[in-house]
Amino acid sequence: MSEQTLEIPCNIPADAVNPVEPFLRMDRMPHIWCPGCGIGTTVNCFTRALIDSHANLDKVAIVSGIGCTGRVAGYANLDSFHTTHGRAIPFATGLKLANPELQVVVYSGDGDLFAIGGNHFIHAARRNMDLKVICVNNLTYAMTGGQTAPTTPSKVISATNPYGVFEPAFNLVALAEAAGASYVARWTTFHVKQLSRSMEEVLRKKGFCFIEVISPCPTLYQRRNKMGDGLDTMKYYKQASKIRHGAPTAECDLTKSGEIVVGKFVDRDRPSYFEMLNSQMTETLGDRYAEPEVMCEQC
Amino acid sequence: MAKGFVAINVERCKGCGFCVEFCPTRVLTLSSAFNTKGYHPPNVMAAEKCSGCDLCGMYCPDFAIFGARYAR
Amino acid sequence: MEDELAASITIQGAVWGGAKAFTVTSGPGFSLMMEHIGYAAMTETPCVFVDVQRGGPSTGLPTLPAQADMMQARWGSHGDYGIIALCPNSPQECFDLAITAFNLSEEFRVPVMLMLDECVGHMTEKVIIPDAAAIDVYPRRFTHLPPGEFRLFEPREDKVPDMVRAGDGYRFHVTGLTHDERGYPSMNVDTQRSSVTRLLEKLQPFTGERALSETADLEDAEVVVVSYGITSRVAQRAIDLARQKGVRAGKFRIISAWPFPEKHIAALAPKVKAMVVPELNLGQMVHEVERAAAGRCKVRLVPHAGGTVHNPEAILKAILEAAE
Repeated sequence: MSEQTLEIPCNIPADAVNPVEPFLRMDRMPHIWCPGCGIGTTVNCFTRALIDSHANLDKVAIVSGIGCTGRVAGYANLDSFHTTHGRAIPFATGLKLANPELQVVVYSGDGDLFAIGGNHFIHAARRNMDLKVICVNNLTYAMTGGQTAPTTPSKVISATNPYGVFEPAFNLVALAEAAGASYVARWTTFHVKQLSRSMEEVLRKKGFCFIEVISPCPTLYQRRNKMGDGLDTMKYYKQASKIRHGAPTAECDLTKSGEIVVGKFVDRDRPSYFEMLNSQMTETLGDRYAEPEVMCEQC
Repeated sequence: MAKGFVAINVERCKGCGFCVEFCPTRVLTLSSAFNTKGYHPPNVMAAEKCSGCDLCGMYCPDFAIFGARYAR
Repeated sequence: MEDELAASITIQGAVWGGAKAFTVTSGPGFSLMMEHIGYAAMTETPCVFVDVQRGGPSTGLPTLPAQADMMQARWGSHGDYGIIALCPNSPQECFDLAITAFNLSEEFRVPVMLMLDECVGHMTEKVIIPDAAAIDVYPRRFTHLPPGEFRLFEPREDKVPDMVRAGDGYRFHVTGLTHDERGYPSMNVDTQRSSVTRLLEKLQPFTGERALSETADLEDAEVVVVSYGITSRVAQRAIDLARQKGVRAGKFRIISAWPFPEKHIAALAPKVKAMVVPELNLGQMVHEVERAAAGRCKVRLVPHAGGTVHNPEAILKAILEAAE
């Protein structure tokens, strides 16, 4: 740490390092996120999950789309890809197909994954592509000024609905389950321990896994709706969240200021894309089928 | 004797207050001083209570604080 | 994949994972791929896009020929960038130029377009496939530097940077944002100028010595027919008919259409009376021919809105008029 540190009455060992730092490109700090934004908190949880899962970090790739959460890839000290708006999942699909030994994590926002990228999300879930999708859901398009997203709850004031949102919002966990995801969980940025544990679980699980993290956007969502700052939002999460593991996802809609059902909703085993590919081709072609060797030293 | 400690990187802090609010043993308080960006960083008011649980580190969106237990 | 948007970026994920990858489309699908052609250009991802051109705009003429995507292939994504486009005119050339397309994409780290048209796309002809060992493959330019010393977008002398593969420990970052040599976003005037300039400059050899073309009867030609793709086969008939009528017609078939082989056209222009440019569109590559000829010879378009190929008589008529 090059910056000045506060004179604090703690005896800090000289070799103490913030455990998040080895996972970040420290030469890119400070990050662009606003005061009270929850994205950094989710990054902490992700790094703790990487530590706890003993992942080989050289074999973890992170793919983001566009938006505030889309910047996570740029800060993560991993093989990282900042792709186009909505297309993190298909990029990640190609990466995984070409190099199946990679642990491919898609880290992006709700607008990116569920509006412009919604089609790719449902198809990757349908295929049970071995991707770990972490969606930081701040219920709005934050980077572009707080426009209505497919996740913005009814009655909320946004840049594009100054008199209140009237379109129904997507229930992301129900959508993920219906599309075929193997693992579906939702937490808020208040639930750092549970979120970190969930992330660790998906790093160990095969197939398409989805974690939704409800996160404050004090600058554009809470402020416009007179819901206070990031800390007020965290207190709201603490007070309004109900942990209901296994709850039917259809009952987990989010509202402007109501209860937030969190927990692990789906954890099932479906054949992965590779398993289905190999089984179908073996059934049809028998001995003539060889599993694809897409990694080529010569190319 | 405290079981753990917190380290604070003042200049990285944006004063959100998450660490102060959610510290389970109430070790922290927001400082009245400003950092160079004009935010109030946290300060330690009860170092002896720190368990080194690093919940502050997990909450901090700006990677400005962390806690750890002293080696035994 | 579920759509062309997905396909056009899935291939790029595969490339960074260490594979070679391409995708194929036609008509509106090519329009959908434009964003990721830009992404491939910006991130210097070697990959191949095959476009079997049909009549447009919009859904247009499915399964009927046109050559009206030529400007889109060059300019379809936003911003300044360069690509390579190749125009085969036979099934054999589709095979051969597909290999060339992959090789050039690796050598220059650009998206390469293989610009077919419906006729070439559906054509049945003999194709000779050589032994795999006889095929020249340009290997990916993987860096020899260790992690820590390697900078992802630091160009070598030919202005092309070396590459790495995800999972090899380089912990690199790729972004479509304007980026510095480390690959980090760097949105300022200097980085924009140097990186975008390099994206164009690295392809300069294709305006001249690296350009691919097929020529015939140019030595004594007074009129040269400049054509590409299926139209070049129709043009050959018109050239033969013109020669029978005593008009010295020659052939310049464009194979690498982008970057445009402007040095070749510029050298040819002062030696001939006219260039005749038949295209299955209402005038696209003819603008490039005019620009390269720069008034040193007449340039005459033989347009065709697509749906079928030209009647050779139409091209012949243009040759005869141009020769007067």
